[in-house]
Amino acid sequence: MAARDGTLGAMDTEPPPRVKVVLADGTRRPRPDAAAREIEEQTPVGEVLVTGLIRTQLALAVRLSLVVAALFGIQPVLFALAPGLAHVSVGGLPLPWLLLGILAYPAVLVIAWVYVRAAQRNERHFAELVSRE
Amino acid sequence: MSPFAVPAIVFITVVTVVIGAFGYKISRNTSDFLVASRTVSPRLNASAISGEYLSAASFLGVAGLIMVNGVDMLWYPVGFTAGYLAMLLYVAAPLRRSGAYTLPDFAEARLRSSGVRTLATGFVVLIGWLYLVPQLQGAGLTLTTVTGAPSWVGAVVVGAVVTLNTAVGGMRSITFVQAFQYWVKLTAIAFPAMVLLAVWFHRDGTPSPARQPLLDDGDRWLVPLTGLGAHPLFTDYSLILATFLGTMGLPHVLVRFYTNPDGRAARTTTLVVLGLLGIFYLFPTVYGALGRVYVPHLLRDGNADAVVLVLPDAALGGLPGQLFGGLVAAGAFAAFLSTASGLLVSVSGVLSTDLFGRWSGGHGSVRDFRRAAMVAGVVPLLLALQAGSLGLSTVVGLAFAVAASTFCPLLVLGIWWRRLTPVGAGAGLLVGGGLSGIAVLITVLGPPLSGWPGTLLAEPAAWTVPISFAVMVLGSLATQKQVPADVGRTMVQLHAPERLRLHG
Repeated sequence: MAARDGTLGAMDTEPPPRVKVVLADGTRRPRPDAAAREIEEQTPVGEVLVTGLIRTQLALAVRLSLVVAALFGIQPVLFALAPGLAHVSVGGLPLPWLLLGILAYPAVLVIAWVYVRAAQRNERHFAELVSRE
Repeated sequence: MSPFAVPAIVFITVVTVVIGAFGYKISRNTSDFLVASRTVSPRLNASAISGEYLSAASFLGVAGLIMVNGVDMLWYPVGFTAGYLAMLLYVAAPLRRSGAYTLPDFAEARLRSSGVRTLATGFVVLIGWLYLVPQLQGAGLTLTTVTGAPSWVGAVVVGAVVTLNTAVGGMRSITFVQAFQYWVKLTAIAFPAMVLLAVWFHRDGTPSPARQPLLDDGDRWLVPLTGLGAHPLFTDYSLILATFLGTMGLPHVLVRFYTNPDGRAARTTTLVVLGLLGIFYLFPTVYGALGRVYVPHLLRDGNADAVVLVLPDAALGGLPGQLFGGLVAAGAFAAFLSTASGLLVSVSGVLSTDLFGRWSGGHGSVRDFRRAAMVAGVVPLLLALQAGSLGLSTVVGLAFAVAASTFCPLLVLGIWWRRLTPVGAGAGLLVGGGLSGIAVLITVLGPPLSGWPGTLLAEPAAWTVPISFAVMVLGSLATQKQVPADVGRTMVQLHAPERLRLHG
């Protein structure tokens, strides 16, 4: 896939853009950078780098979606298969009310927090890879 | 009813209009909020997003649904919140990096196709109108409950206020107003709820919400899969799918993400939004449950959507009850005003640039925007007067279903799948949006249906979302020659961190 898209990029009629990398670190002067140029000009190497980042981020999102499916998607089936669970009382609240009325919100927040940290880390790795090569 | 309610409603409306008009003057001088955006912190931005998002359906409708149908209805607020999680996982940062301001902008930037742009415009308008209907219904309901006026009076009066306010230019992009509305709404729903709970715990021999002697549904109300009609499992999953995946396709939600300075901030903002929404949605349940104890007559009258408005006065009585009654009325109006304004601005925006602008040749001038705002405001008003019998959250649920069947596949595939083509995307939008749109029309305007046809049409997401995804994928695979030539560059722009400045 990378090679095919690389060909597409090479066929692009627009002139190749100027390479200019400015790192977040403001004290360093911008300098041309080999890996960044590969990405800018959409060479096969650049494609591999970007495709790698996209795959990593997508895999992260899909993994956490599976967690959401396990925590939330399973509930209707669970209560359909084991109706007795609905009458279990935890701390004075019936289990289904506790799960959806209260616990759902911190659960969503924790999943989101895990995602933001991991996604930010993936981008940091990508940035290091690009500026090191 | 509380004598403080009408003054509170008038106060919150006047404050909103005045701040909106004042802010407009500022925003005109500073070339709109594109400039302001760079100084908007994630916390302020998250308050604004939450303020715009928490609508009449959240403030009034969720409690009403819980009061009538019990625990199953908790999926609505959970889905309204988890929708932002889906948005965070798949859309937030890349969308901000795309630089798109509206959904049609994104469609055109990613697919280089004006045809898909036009289709996207059509669905933004449809979803926006569908979502405006319950806001207007909520306004009618609130005024009816507070003053006894017929329900059309509230819808017409308040529809006119928001339309004129939008046309004149108020509320546009005023992050500060929307953020303020979030805190008004949270205070208005949380403070009375905590007092109500405390009072309920301290009264001896208080009946449980499930065992209200006037009602015969008792334990059924407490148990899952009992309040969803003939085919509860299907309806449950369809509802989950619509709300979890529909949020990212709501027109007024997307615009706010543009005010984030970069993709990283877009993620932080979404995280804070999830916290703010989670806090808010703890409270409608309290009203729904205690409503069964203190105001069960609402169930017999089919007026459960009013439970938030009447419960404080009924349960507490005296001066505290009247004060809290005024507070919840003000909160309901804040909910209505902020969401309706946000929707109207979004719909008018795409109408004026993509429709009126094309006719008049003046690309979205102020005059076009004003004309568009008039049209955008009048249509949902007519729909609201027609659809009076449907519950607030039912109509909102249908809007989510259409959004999940159109813009969710467009965004997710557009961001993560290189091989998406204009033909595939357009076909998916048409089929997914067409099927869910027809289901909505039949549900809102048609005769009541029962059995599987009724179930499939009332909660269509479970079949229309997979169909829409499938059509987009198959249509794209069949037209691979049309993959935009610059897709590689677009993908870099969507996914590479801004600080590398890799965009060509």
